[in-house]
Amino acid sequence: MSGCGECKACPPKGETKIKDAEYTIALAGNANVGKSVTFNQLTGVDQIIGNWPGKTVERAEGLLQYKGHRIRIIDLPGIYSFSTYSLEELVSRDFIALEQPDAVVNVIDASALERNLFFTIQLLELAPPLLISVNQIDLAEKKGITIDTEKLAELLGVPVVPTVAIKGKGIATLTDAILDLAQRRPTPPILRYGKEIEERIEKLVPRLEQLTIPYPVRFTAIKLLERDPAMVKIVKEQDQAIVGMADRLAGEIETMHGESVCVVMSAERYQVADRIAAEVITMYPISEGPQKKSLTDRLDRVALHPLLGYLAVFLVIGGLLVWTFVVGARISDVIQTILVQIGPYEPVITGPVAGILWNGAFSGFVAGVTLVIPYVLPFYLLLAVMEDSGYLTRIAVMLDRGMHKLGLHGKAVIPLILGYGCNVPACFSCRIMESPKQKLLAAFLVTLIPCTARTVVILGLVGKFVNIWWALALYAFDILLIIIVGRIAFKIVPGESVGLIMEMPDYHVPSASVVAKQTWARTKSLIWFVFPAYIIGSAAIQVFYAVGLLNPVNNLLAPITVFWLGLPVIVGITLIFGIVRKELTILTLAVLFGSTNFAAFLTPVQLIVIALVSMLYIPCISVIFVLASEFGWKRSLAISFTEIVLAIGLGGIAFRLLGLWM
Amino acid sequence: MAQEHMEEYLESIYDLQKMDGSAKTTAIAKCLDVAPASVTESLRNLERKGLVQYEPYQGATLTEAGRTIAERIKRRHRLLEVFLTDVLKINREKVHDEACKMEHTISEETECALCKMLDAPSRCPHGSPIGPCDKGITNCAECRTEAETGETPAARERKIIPITDLGPEDKGKIAFIRGDCRIIQRLSDLGLTLGTTVSVTRKAPMNGPVEVFVRRTKLAIDHAIAENIFVDAPRAGRS
Repeated sequence: MSGCGECKACPPKGETKIKDAEYTIALAGNANVGKSVTFNQLTGVDQIIGNWPGKTVERAEGLLQYKGHRIRIIDLPGIYSFSTYSLEELVSRDFIALEQPDAVVNVIDASALERNLFFTIQLLELAPPLLISVNQIDLAEKKGITIDTEKLAELLGVPVVPTVAIKGKGIATLTDAILDLAQRRPTPPILRYGKEIEERIEKLVPRLEQLTIPYPVRFTAIKLLERDPAMVKIVKEQDQAIVGMADRLAGEIETMHGESVCVVMSAERYQVADRIAAEVITMYPISEGPQKKSLTDRLDRVALHPLLGYLAVFLVIGGLLVWTFVVGARISDVIQTILVQIGPYEPVITGPVAGILWNGAFSGFVAGVTLVIPYVLPFYLLLAVMEDSGYLTRIAVMLDRGMHKLGLHGKAVIPLILGYGCNVPACFSCRIMESPKQKLLAAFLVTLIPCTARTVVILGLVGKFVNIWWALALYAFDILLIIIVGRIAFKIVPGESVGLIMEMPDYHVPSASVVAKQTWARTKSLIWFVFPAYIIGSAAIQVFYAVGLLNPVNNLLAPITVFWLGLPVIVGITLIFGIVRKELTILTLAVLFGSTNFAAFLTPVQLIVIALVSMLYIPCISVIFVLASEFGWKRSLAISFTEIVLAIGLGGIAFRLLGLWM
Repeated sequence: MAQEHMEEYLESIYDLQKMDGSAKTTAIAKCLDVAPASVTESLRNLERKGLVQYEPYQGATLTEAGRTIAERIKRRHRLLEVFLTDVLKINREKVHDEACKMEHTISEETECALCKMLDAPSRCPHGSPIGPCDKGITNCAECRTEAETGETPAARERKIIPITDLGPEDKGKIAFIRGDCRIIQRLSDLGLTLGTTVSVTRKAPMNGPVEVFVRRTKLAIDHAIAENIFVDAPRAGRS
């Protein structure tokens, strides 16, 4: 089969943006093993980060050019198993089985060999041309763990390369091994399980061979024994009887062990993994338990301390936000000054429609740039540093209990913190939650988090013209509201909530390339979603303005704005514009009043009410689209509607209550 | 001393000990609504039977034998509460008193049947954990199969405790995991298979996640899930 890709007659494997690649390689492995670092080392800057076709799972693809060969590398999601616990697991196994990459590189963590080999063993069931990269051998050696990689290669029957990806060590050898493997495409040997399992696999194999199943026969047999729903469905279409037979055989295993068959299989695989690990690991000094004096342990004594831990969470997140907005505001001003030099920012509305449109589009572009570059980008960069260092998982542990009250668990802190930057990538990151209910709940709460655009409004109206304490009070009120609304939503939304089960990686110095990649992955969605919305929306508003729809709309909204919220009639239109981009509320106000000294036109209570309403009423149009793409239009609109009602309701109450003493 | 009377004493000592480390005479008197003098009398009685250790003015602590009885009664009490609320639909406020009377009279067979019928619940209606039974099985599914074949599993001689009760220096081997099969699957994929040695490195405050060390890696596990992971820990110092 070698060199099949050379003729270019075959269509490329799977949907890809990288054309003319000779070979396709997949990187597979657990999370936190340095898989992304290895990927970055191999591919350099030629990366495309997107989604798996039709799935809400991220897909990273890159190009490796080596010795005149063009090799496409797919970074599969970090997973622990090939059961159907998550979409990531399904996507990965389907890619390896159905797209048949020319080689699969299994990146494993030298410090946690058993658990990593557990996954390797499952990869071997799929029988792709396999290569193992034992990564982070330097860290393992610091812990006193030495791994005999030659022995490991011998026991598994596949090539093994030791690496320290973050330092680039072993990458050249790895690249050679990849090329060699892709050219030869050898089938790895079979690792046998216990007798009672193997006997039953053998009973299924001959019958499965008569069918045309796209998966390897042994893998199919094992998955049928595990009663894997996806596999049962595929086989059932061709041969109902064999599924019944597998089910019976699985029942026999269950009676023998008194355990569900999946658990028996996991134990079986771990037995093999333990045996292999015991043969290749040399430990000095021999220690079974956790390392008590390690750096991670010492840091965790503070990070997970009942008091200091919470203080650390508060200081880190608070500091992150304060730093972002103090520094961001400065940079934002500089960029705006530069951009206004280049193009007309607020010219008179004259001439053809094209001119008006251009004017709107350009101001939308300026707004996008002055928001993304100074605020969102630095915020996400720092967050990615925290994430890669391992601290974010500690925050998740500390806040897990609180998240439970909202039907979520600790991992939800990631989307919620991201929300302070921009709600769009935050909504996407809700995918890390396990159950559909938790995904939806997390996304709903994310939309209540004041993003940078809303922070600009809060600081620009309240922080500047009332005082900073009222601005902070709005933030505090927002958190309180999230807790209350979250609690109610948890009770109303149907579905199950799954508890936290999360790996706690050791702390390590963040890798620049991983941080850059993560930041880009998140900021990119802003470019695809937020920029177009800003540009098109702003152009549309410009037209709206030119045509003279201002007064009719204001009058239409007057019952709400004037009577219920106690605001000047002119504010109505700003709230409509705010749907496109929240910080437009403040810009439109400046244009309408012809001044930026809002205190001259609005009372402190009115300023607070506008900020409060802007903070809460529907997410902006970009977020509405993202919610629709992740959860469907019905839910997206339901969330938007709930928030309009909530914002207007609370705005009116705030107007009446604050009026009592301000 | 009547059986019921004795069991009530052991139960309240068990509760007080969990809260304060030992049970003071006055606290027991208040808890059972009896005179302190008769408490002292009863404690001496229980001490002679080898169920408690009693130091005047210091209070009482349960011996291993006393604890076993107290835990069995607690388990029966909570199972009965689940039965009364879920099956008989009796108001949750009333079931405690009712269960208090019934817990002393039901047999081991009834306890086992209740557990099977209620599908091995992990908590009582008021949220307190229901301890594991003391049969020599590795999980609840086994109990069900054995019920079909008619064999009664032999009593277990190991010391089975939830992983959340492991002390910082303790180690235990996973004996069985109770709960949703997807969760069990997830845990075993991450290395928590039967017989694996585990230890608890940290417990987050206020019943937050438990940090478990297994196969050279650390996992943060939700407290409610961790409570259902039972380990065999012969040397665990129980407090």
